[in-house]
Amino acid sequence: MAVADLAAQEKQVQIGGATLKYLEAGNGPPLLVLHGELGFPGWTDFYTQLSKTRRLIVLLHPGFGVSDRIDWIMNIRELACFYARFLQEQKLAPIAVLGFSLGGWIAAEMAVNNSGLFTHMALVGAAGIRPPKGEIRDLFDRPTQHYIENSVFDPVGAPEFSKLYGGVSPEKQYEMWEDARAETARLAWAPYMYNPSLPYLLQGISGLPTLLVWGGEDKVVPASAGEVYANSIRGAKLEMFDKCGHLPEIEKKDELLARLLDFLAAK
Amino acid sequence: MHIGTFTERPYAHLQENEIYRNASFFGVSNRHFDPKLGAELYHRYLDQNVAAEALGFDVIMLNEHHANPFTMGAVMDVEAAILAARTNRIKIALMGNPLPIADPLRLAEELAEIDMISRGRLVAGWVRGAGSEQIANNVNPAYNRERFNEAHDFIQQAWTRPGPWRYEGKHYHYRHVNPWARPYQQPVPECWIPGLVSPETVVWAAQHRYPYLALATFLEPTVEMWEMYADAAAKEGYQAGPENFGYLQKIVVAETEEKAQELGRNWLYGGGQPAFARPEWMFPSGYNSKAATARLAKAFTNPDTGDVALAAFTYSENMDIAAAKRSVEASYKGFQDSNQFIIGTPKSVLPKLRHVLEILRPGIFICWHIEGGSLSREDAMTSLRLLGTEVLPEMRKWAKELGLTSPDEVKPGPPPLPANGKRLPVTGNLSRAAQ
Repeated sequence: MAVADLAAQEKQVQIGGATLKYLEAGNGPPLLVLHGELGFPGWTDFYTQLSKTRRLIVLLHPGFGVSDRIDWIMNIRELACFYARFLQEQKLAPIAVLGFSLGGWIAAEMAVNNSGLFTHMALVGAAGIRPPKGEIRDLFDRPTQHYIENSVFDPVGAPEFSKLYGGVSPEKQYEMWEDARAETARLAWAPYMYNPSLPYLLQGISGLPTLLVWGGEDKVVPASAGEVYANSIRGAKLEMFDKCGHLPEIEKKDELLARLLDFLAAK
Repeated sequence: MHIGTFTERPYAHLQENEIYRNASFFGVSNRHFDPKLGAELYHRYLDQNVAAEALGFDVIMLNEHHANPFTMGAVMDVEAAILAARTNRIKIALMGNPLPIADPLRLAEELAEIDMISRGRLVAGWVRGAGSEQIANNVNPAYNRERFNEAHDFIQQAWTRPGPWRYEGKHYHYRHVNPWARPYQQPVPECWIPGLVSPETVVWAAQHRYPYLALATFLEPTVEMWEMYADAAAKEGYQAGPENFGYLQKIVVAETEEKAQELGRNWLYGGGQPAFARPEWMFPSGYNSKAATARLAKAFTNPDTGDVALAAFTYSENMDIAAAKRSVEASYKGFQDSNQFIIGTPKSVLPKLRHVLEILRPGIFICWHIEGGSLSREDAMTSLRLLGTEVLPEMRKWAKELGLTSPDEVKPGPPPLPANGKRLPVTGNLSRAAQ
């Protein structure tokens, strides 16, 4: 976890006998943030800017190294149901949600179960759908560093990329990634990173403003998956960023921020 | 003492550079596999194992790896069934069946059939499977330990509990368990646990009173883990002894030192055992316990060792094959100095073997017979014959002298702790190291 600490508070709550930890930072209307398959990357510039007008609630997924693993959660849909219970018990629903990659998939599963949980849904490079063209990059058949290097269009040109995963010792970082990867394996090993029923169920969502953001050169979740999302969710808008990979929050942070704030401001 | 023989049964016709280019045996394309040559190799390996019985060995050990030219035994139980019918006296030890990737009910049936065909000569063995087996079989590595434990317990039940009955577990579900193939050895076949001295498995084996077979591990950590086994045994209320321990030793013999040294180099074929699979395939996500991951984190991020501590060489797009070969070649002497490779004439290997037996005091000793590379069928057979006729008789004398009892002589687990309740040491003094 890297970059400046944003006077964030770590909180925890008991849900169904399990402890869920989350981070809270910023001021404004609440925004639920669901991180991706390598864990929460820390308070990057994108989050720092966003926190000026939004109260960010970043759930730290169970088993990803901070919140304890929950033995009976064995797939993404079960995690989504658990999070729905969190929102209801904490009286946070309906709330706006922002999900990245694996976190985008979780948000989509929550929405198909009960779209009333959300006022707005923004998904960035979301997993969860088998792309009709290309394949979702395998997190498990190469070292983590290889996956990360393939997460951006231009590792050299993205100013924040080099410090993104450099805030702790390499040893600690290795353990954090392994925690995240192990839990991702538990939840999404096969079918890898998608749920075949999701496109059908997404068609049942109505009246939920949805923004889909994709890097045009996403080498992790190919953009064709974004098109399936867009065609499945009524009224969803797909925004493609040129010269951008799987991490628009790093490579196109200003554009993403502007687009997201516009989207959240609209009724 | 049980004395056995083992080879990895490699696909020995693969050009070495293919392995180097890939920095790993695992992952080399099977377009290099010629089934005609494969057929010859399967027969060669089966014939050698049949010959081992006539040469006086007590055990044939087989193993299983998938999608890997390092070992052709992807379906080891097929070879075991053939050997069961072609031999009469020798034990057939399967070291081991990777439980997490198996269908446990089918495995219970297969092993019962082999046990019957061999009339009770099967030694079952259970492993978690190397990391690469999880990838090649697409079995979730994060549930590896859970699946291992559950499959093990299920198979014990399938072998012993009259059916039909229904099974509902976490990872396995069966509505009709009633295998019409029951083990010849009652109630269950003999079982040994092979491993690379992972503490979790060592303790688990001790708790189940299974002999633990260390797979050609370095002497020092082996001593450490066997004492840990004996501690766990004492907690269970028994005194561990040689019958609880087995050791796999790489050994090659020839008529002359020069010839033996020439043959021994075949252990470096393709980078040798450390080139089995790249680290990311050896340790897939979730495969290791948290403690083991913390140990790896140290090893991987140490600038002095990096991946080198765990692999023969590190993969890169522009692999310098010549340099990699030089570094592998340079390791040859070190492996001999540390007794990882025992190489020589029947006479010159004896003191080294004696040293290993004195330190480890195993009741099961398996000779890892050389294969692979340019080794000819004739040279392989000569080495096996010299081991059987000239080395084994000496080892048997020593086994008697040193009290190295096999699991057939003393059943593992029954010997009680000494009257004072303090367990006895199970290994010799490593520091003595007299050769």
